[in-house]
Amino acid sequence: MSTHEPEPLDRPRQTFYHRHEGVILGGTTALIALGLWQASWSAGKISPLFFTGPSAVLKRFGEEWTEGRLKADLVYSGTNFIVGVGAAIAAGVVLGVVIGWYRRLAMVCEPFLSALYATPRVALVPLILIWFGIGMWSKVFIVFINAFFPVLINTIGGIRATDADLLRAARAYCASDWQIFKTVAIPGAVPFILTGVRQAVALGLIGVVVGEMFGGSEGIGYMVNYGGQTFQTDAVFLGVIIIALAGITLTSIAEQLEKRFSRWRPQR
Amino acid sequence: MKLEIDRLTKQYYVERDGRQNLALSEVSLSVADGEFMAIVGPSGCGKTTLLNIVAGLLPYDRGNVSIDGKRITGPGVDRAVVFQQASLLPWRTISGNVRYGMELHRRFDQATMRERTEYFIRLVGLIGFERHYPSELSGGMQQRVNLARALATDPLLLLMDEPFAALDAQTREHMQAELLKIWAEARTTVLFITHQINEAVFLADRVAVLSGRPGHVKDVFTIPFGRPRSLSIKRDPRFLATEDAIWSLVEEAPERLGMAAQSA
Repeated sequence: MSTHEPEPLDRPRQTFYHRHEGVILGGTTALIALGLWQASWSAGKISPLFFTGPSAVLKRFGEEWTEGRLKADLVYSGTNFIVGVGAAIAAGVVLGVVIGWYRRLAMVCEPFLSALYATPRVALVPLILIWFGIGMWSKVFIVFINAFFPVLINTIGGIRATDADLLRAARAYCASDWQIFKTVAIPGAVPFILTGVRQAVALGLIGVVVGEMFGGSEGIGYMVNYGGQTFQTDAVFLGVIIIALAGITLTSIAEQLEKRFSRWRPQR
Repeated sequence: MKLEIDRLTKQYYVERDGRQNLALSEVSLSVADGEFMAIVGPSGCGKTTLLNIVAGLLPYDRGNVSIDGKRITGPGVDRAVVFQQASLLPWRTISGNVRYGMELHRRFDQATMRERTEYFIRLVGLIGFERHYPSELSGGMQQRVNLARALATDPLLLLMDEPFAALDAQTREHMQAELLKIWAEARTTVLFITHQINEAVFLADRVAVLSGRPGHVKDVFTIPFGRPRSLSIKRDPRFLATEDAIWSLVEEAPERLGMAAQSA
């Protein structure tokens, strides 16, 4: 890269491009890909049964939105996601802290946890449908069971990873068990818990889609599934794009949260 | 405050070969009020074990360890420890870490804690770093925080476990001089563990020499220098003579090779 004149020493490389290099490069590739997609669609060589283009997806989006069906689907899926992931985080953190803190309890729970953790959660879906029916609560539970384990496992790990030097220091200053728990174990586990939350968000989203594909007649997952069965390719694409955008947004929010609470970690 | 260690014996159970290993054997030592006592000895001689017992972090088998006649059975608010590893809470700022010991002790009210935090941050020369996190500080600065946290709890007895061992030679010298300055203001009784004879002679009023495995007190030297001391006394003939005398005593210990390697 050529430089036209020497940069001032106190503000090296602070051009607009340098500050936003990632966004500019990433955005450009995304736009080019979108353009190629639209061009190949506009060429009209492939049957709309198998393929669709950005303009068609956008049109479909407009229709679905004005009919109000899309909004209802979004609310339905969103509610299931929030309730399921919320419950998973709450339960995962509380149980993880307790299991991580009490060694004996960890030993008692160990067989159940490993068995459940090793089982692909999708395999449990038929059972969940038998127990909860095909209504909203089976969907919520599928989200929950997907999102719960990453939070639980990371929280247990975080509490277990309590720094021995810090424990010794706290003990030397007469800390009670409760004080050690509050000032050493919990704060030390926060970054681990947030890693669990980030994974829970990603897996919870999978749970939403999977749950809605197994019965029911609402939600974005249903929309994708139904669109596929009826060869409405643009509906399938619309659903997939919405899920992808939700995934990107939620994961980046979780990442920001993780960064915000790990400010004290050494930067490298 | 008077620390009395009377025929202290400590054994460890060694998992590997399933037998008892004697770490300390009949250690007797007394530290007077306001005294700076250093303990030197080869690595593995039980110095840190001794300090941990006085800190109340380890139980002991035989003998007695008491402060003002009261037997030590656990950690107490009358003692504070400066560890070899700074052991600072990485998620707390420097201010928060200096407060931490006081918070755990629950002896001071909020206003007093704030005041003392400020005072001891100033005393250890960390003004301007209150809102920094430990990871942003150098090793020497972290040890200052470690020291400030201990002093802020207003201990009768300050226990220091090789606090400068992890620092580079230059920083270590500087920190030794700083410690004496700080101690001149804080004036608490100090038990200072080190494997550096030079460091012990420079800092302490008296230096106890511990032999290796099992550790027991070989001799106690009185250091012939008044206070305040500056780093220049390290070149004084009397300093070198004391250092030599302690050296030759340590040399007799079977672990002298390990000792020479560490103090070079």
